[in-house]
Amino acid sequence: MMETALSPAAKIAADNEIGVMSRNRWLTVPAVFIITIFGVLPLLIIVVYSFMKPAAYGGVEPHFTTDAYVYFLFQKDIFDGTLQFVPDYLIIYFRSLLYALATTVICLLVGFPTAYFMATRPPSQRNWWVLLITIPFWSNLLVRTLAIMLIIRDQGLVNNVLLWLHVIDKPIIMLYTDFAIMLGLLYSYLPFMVLPLYSSLEKMDFRLVEAGFDLYATRRKVLWRIIIPLSMPGIIAGCLLVFIPTLGSYVTPLILGGGTHLMIGDLIAQQFGSGRNWPLGSAQALILMVAVLVSLYYYVRNTTGGIKHG
Amino acid sequence: MEKVKAAIEARGVSRVFMTAGQKSFAALDNVSVSIRENEFFTLLGPSGCGKTTLLRLIAGFDFPTDGQILLYGEDIAVLPPYQRPVNTVFQNYALFPHMTVAQNIGFGLEMLGKPRQEVNARVAEMLKLVRMEEMKDRRTSQISGGQQQRVALARALAPKPKVLLLDEPLSALDYKLRKDMQIELKRLQTETGITFIFVTHDQEEALTMSDRIAVMSKGKILQVGSPHDIYDRPAVRFVADFIGETNFLGGTVKATAKGDAKVKLNCGPEISAAAIEGLKPGGNVTVVVRPEHANLVAVKAGQLKGVLDNVVYFGTDTHFHVKLEDGTGFMVRQQNEGDGRDAALVKGAKVGIALAEGTARILRD
Repeated sequence: MMETALSPAAKIAADNEIGVMSRNRWLTVPAVFIITIFGVLPLLIIVVYSFMKPAAYGGVEPHFTTDAYVYFLFQKDIFDGTLQFVPDYLIIYFRSLLYALATTVICLLVGFPTAYFMATRPPSQRNWWVLLITIPFWSNLLVRTLAIMLIIRDQGLVNNVLLWLHVIDKPIIMLYTDFAIMLGLLYSYLPFMVLPLYSSLEKMDFRLVEAGFDLYATRRKVLWRIIIPLSMPGIIAGCLLVFIPTLGSYVTPLILGGGTHLMIGDLIAQQFGSGRNWPLGSAQALILMVAVLVSLYYYVRNTTGGIKHG
Repeated sequence: MEKVKAAIEARGVSRVFMTAGQKSFAALDNVSVSIRENEFFTLLGPSGCGKTTLLRLIAGFDFPTDGQILLYGEDIAVLPPYQRPVNTVFQNYALFPHMTVAQNIGFGLEMLGKPRQEVNARVAEMLKLVRMEEMKDRRTSQISGGQQQRVALARALAPKPKVLLLDEPLSALDYKLRKDMQIELKRLQTETGITFIFVTHDQEEALTMSDRIAVMSKGKILQVGSPHDIYDRPAVRFVADFIGETNFLGGTVKATAKGDAKVKLNCGPEISAAAIEGLKPGGNVTVVVRPEHANLVAVKAGQLKGVLDNVVYFGTDTHFHVKLEDGTGFMVRQQNEGDGRDAALVKGAKVGIALAEGTARILRD
């Protein structure tokens, strides 16, 4: 509709712009390729597998069935073939959800003061603090988890020191408990909370904090009415980055929970391993994914509604 | 003079910062000043002179290394900012981006625990005072710089502070808006009757709005006085130099009599100038003359003689830069009459300079 108003020169410029745009579009090809091969295709395979029959020694048989989803909630009675509601898997899901929520909340409570401390250091020091936070990433998750195991086991560092100091007279059992799993998850995912919080707090204009104090807000009021609302993007990002991987975590509960406190990740792995029921494993993975996506949708919608213009 | 109540009084206030390498730097060096109730008081000085530091000490964002800060006779130097009945208008306004205009203005009252109704009434009153009624539900990012400025003012005035602190609040506005806001600020100060302490490096702002001005440099207050005092009777060279334009002439005192001194200028002639206390003949002094207090005249009629070095036309007036006989520069500012009588005054012309009577002053260095 602007065609007539354009001078020839402007038209050429506009054409060039379109040319640049369409050429730039080709630059997305590698990204699209990688996402398709490593993201979309495997996901489709999982969807397809979840509607098939398990083969005897792992793998699937190409017969369409919704059994995997039915057996997620029900069990077929061996004698009369009727379906009975069995909440075993749901309990594991619920427990995972609880672990993930608790880890997220504790990470937030521990991570926020940490990030605040880092963001209020002189600018020249801040990068050093960020570096310190990322040090655990330099070694493998498995190694770090095994290290925790060595520290908290019955003859581990903590118990030995406490025994030596005569604080206790027999070892405190910490390994293979909920406490051990929580400790492992907290330790593994804390940096994922601290870093987005830090980047959010670092960008915050601390003159707004002064303005709050000036307008009679006490420290607590300044925290709740100014600092927390302004760091909401970081809080949301941090919570998501901790909650989602924690919910599907595998190594930590396996090693520190000793296989007695199953989480979703371990349950799914079992179906593909000793369980030899690939369709059930696929269905469990998809149910987790859909549940996460739906709750995310509501979480993000509710928490960002008030700060759209922030 | 009758004793006027001091709203804010600083007594021997120092603020020393330790810099890297353990060198200490005094942002404020033993400053004492008394600011009267209902006064528009300006702290004026170049950047780094300590004016903002003094303001932050009064607000409570920083604490003095030494000295007292009294608010109506009560020492507030160690109170946190939220316990001081003092509010600040920040240089960048510091409006809360996650709140609306009305929420920003009501924040202080809400924090004081005022009932909802009272807060709403006061916010409405403030919106009207700064003429922002229509904008009350906007986000602070959706209004212009001038409007943000007015919201910042309303927010700081809403809790009825005993003293309002303004930290270069006009520096981010363009020229036209700044002029309007200067008048607006003065109006608000008169209407609310609140003591304003205004920090600026802009001498024109200081001269047009203030009841009294404190000129600061390097952590010290050099002179406190009305705009007239500061401009016409600068006490020290820094004040004369910083405020307006000034000609400095070196000379030797020949004789003194009753507040009047005869000074033999280095450029030749002998003139009389208002003397300062304790001046003795024989000493070297500096004489200051404002450019608008001098006139270009015929060479014979002039007290000073020189050659025109440069002529700068400003529309309302013209600046004539004259090179005196000893090589010193001297500037004369003349109102333009629009009759072209200055046509002969071109570069290289020989001119005389007449000083208006009683305007030359001797400075302490």
